[in-house]
Amino acid sequence: MPEITPENTPALAATHIQSDEPLLFEISSPGKRAWQLPPLDVPEADLELLLPAGTRDDIAGFPELSEIELVRHYTRLSTWNYAIDQGLYPLGSCTMKYNSRLNEVVARLEGLAEGHPLQPAAVMQGALRLMRRLEAALAEITGMDAVTLQPAAGAQGELTGILIIRACLAARGNPRAKILIPDSAHGTNPATAAIAGYRVENLRSDARGLVELSSLERLMDESVAALMLTNPNTLGLFEEDIHRIAELVHARGGLLYMDGANMNALVGRARPGDFGVDVMHLNLHKTFSTPHGGGGPGAGPVAVKSFLEPFLPVPRIVEGEAGGLRLETDRPASIGRVRAFFGNFGMFVRALAYILANGSDGLKQTTDDAVLNANYIRQQLEDSYALPYATPSLHECVFSDRLQARQGVHTGDIAKRLMDYGFHPYTVSFPLIVPGALMIEPTESESREELDRFIAAMRAIAREAETAPELVQAAPHRTRISRLDEAAAARQPVLRWQPKAQG
Amino acid sequence: MSYPKNYRYTAEHEWVAAPENGRARIGITDYAQHALGDIVFVELPAAGAHLEAGQPLGTVESVKAVSEVFAPVSGTVTAVNTSLSAHPELINQDPHAGAWMVEVQLDDAAPLDKLMDATRYEAFIAEEQTGKA
Repeated sequence: MPEITPENTPALAATHIQSDEPLLFEISSPGKRAWQLPPLDVPEADLELLLPAGTRDDIAGFPELSEIELVRHYTRLSTWNYAIDQGLYPLGSCTMKYNSRLNEVVARLEGLAEGHPLQPAAVMQGALRLMRRLEAALAEITGMDAVTLQPAAGAQGELTGILIIRACLAARGNPRAKILIPDSAHGTNPATAAIAGYRVENLRSDARGLVELSSLERLMDESVAALMLTNPNTLGLFEEDIHRIAELVHARGGLLYMDGANMNALVGRARPGDFGVDVMHLNLHKTFSTPHGGGGPGAGPVAVKSFLEPFLPVPRIVEGEAGGLRLETDRPASIGRVRAFFGNFGMFVRALAYILANGSDGLKQTTDDAVLNANYIRQQLEDSYALPYATPSLHECVFSDRLQARQGVHTGDIAKRLMDYGFHPYTVSFPLIVPGALMIEPTESESREELDRFIAAMRAIAREAETAPELVQAAPHRTRISRLDEAAAARQPVLRWQPKAQG
Repeated sequence: MSYPKNYRYTAEHEWVAAPENGRARIGITDYAQHALGDIVFVELPAAGAHLEAGQPLGTVESVKAVSEVFAPVSGTVTAVNTSLSAHPELINQDPHAGAWMVEVQLDDAAPLDKLMDATRYEAFIAEEQTGKA
């Protein structure tokens, strides 16, 4: 394989001839329209009567463009994106795996794409059956008993899960006051606990990068509602004492919540329900290959053990008479509705397509391949970058910038230099327990060839950090826009476009 | 940057200046500002608020992360450094003096002795730097 050097570094994405794209406001000209309404075929109504008082007739300064101008504007912007469809997207913790075209074909089937959530249950039996089937598949994969698909994404799944725990403990007489969270956790965990009315207590990690059992033993008492644990944790390490952890939490009447963000390291190999988890969420947009970020809405189903089923959000889809399904809303212990209608239905279709297309053997192989790819990168880069924890990795590996920091090159610099080599950066400065973290998650989607290209780029950057640190510190050089002043952008954000002063 | 000899320090990298008439200023250390990177936003309590030792007194946000600042001692806030809201970069520039965060009337001066002095704190951060890769 040819060596990648600064001289032959491939440029990032293709760009339009124009080096910058004006705002819609700046390319507006009066009187243009990007739409045309059909002739009115119903009696005209009086707007004055329909709209509340104070409604504006016009919005001054609103951009006016033709359809093709609008299409070109967004198409040009879209060419500046970096996407999984262009190359490796090693953003650790985010699981940026390939979203198969098959998922999209199925999601566009007319009967699924054109359904409306306000149709009566009797005429949406297919959609309800699909959701029941996905619930059952997720329950089987996680080893849990019941699933709600409602939450819109991972963080809402967390909140739903913790509200279920609160409702359960309140029903037992005391919702309790605290939630324990390891210091390696995602930032959403403490935010969730606080919003659900709990105080957060930090649980230390030990030299292995795992939960320190003595710290858990000391902190776990009758005031603790739950332990929120990510397994494997954000270092990509499996909590090998998980049975003992579950035992300690349960012995004091607490519940074990699992953040399922890293479930892609377990599918087909280990089931949280079998290692003591009471409640967990899944990220369909990570583990089950539905679009992620700007590509589509998330979906954060919550899975529970049977004793928590009464608290799940309503409506529940239940078996009705004569083999049909119906919606049940009369469930007095339920925490209520957490999301309009049924959640992000289009994602359920894609996730089920992914699960059924892979089958149980295929799902197990995606897990094995994700773990293999992460360990290949770890092994290939451990001579170039410091590895803070020696514990074996699962689906992602975390390095630190300790070796490069001696030359004044930090993780953010290395990430920006990686863009010059045509890759999306890894996750920077997370998890927080590793100073100067480089968090790399290749997923199962990548070939050996693509991994080798990434490894070559990372090794080249490690050499540059030794021989030409200023080159890395000033990166990126080959992108459309060079290094931005992040601190100034955060301190003095410009949040609103203002027209240029006349004259 | 040196650590003032007459300050006391916590394992969470806050400092408490030597009290005068039972009042002491609190801030975060040079080590902390360095680890956080460019500070872009600071959230502090209002004057009159009561701080509980070990509990969060506010937050600092850098380009990398949002972190809590913990009260090193218990006491009532008597003054807040309002210039930090417009100039959070002061924390990067002058962490041990100009970027004090709050001044508190200490409930009790005795717990100060349980915190680290400058020599011990410097040994503590040297260990933190070598302890982890």
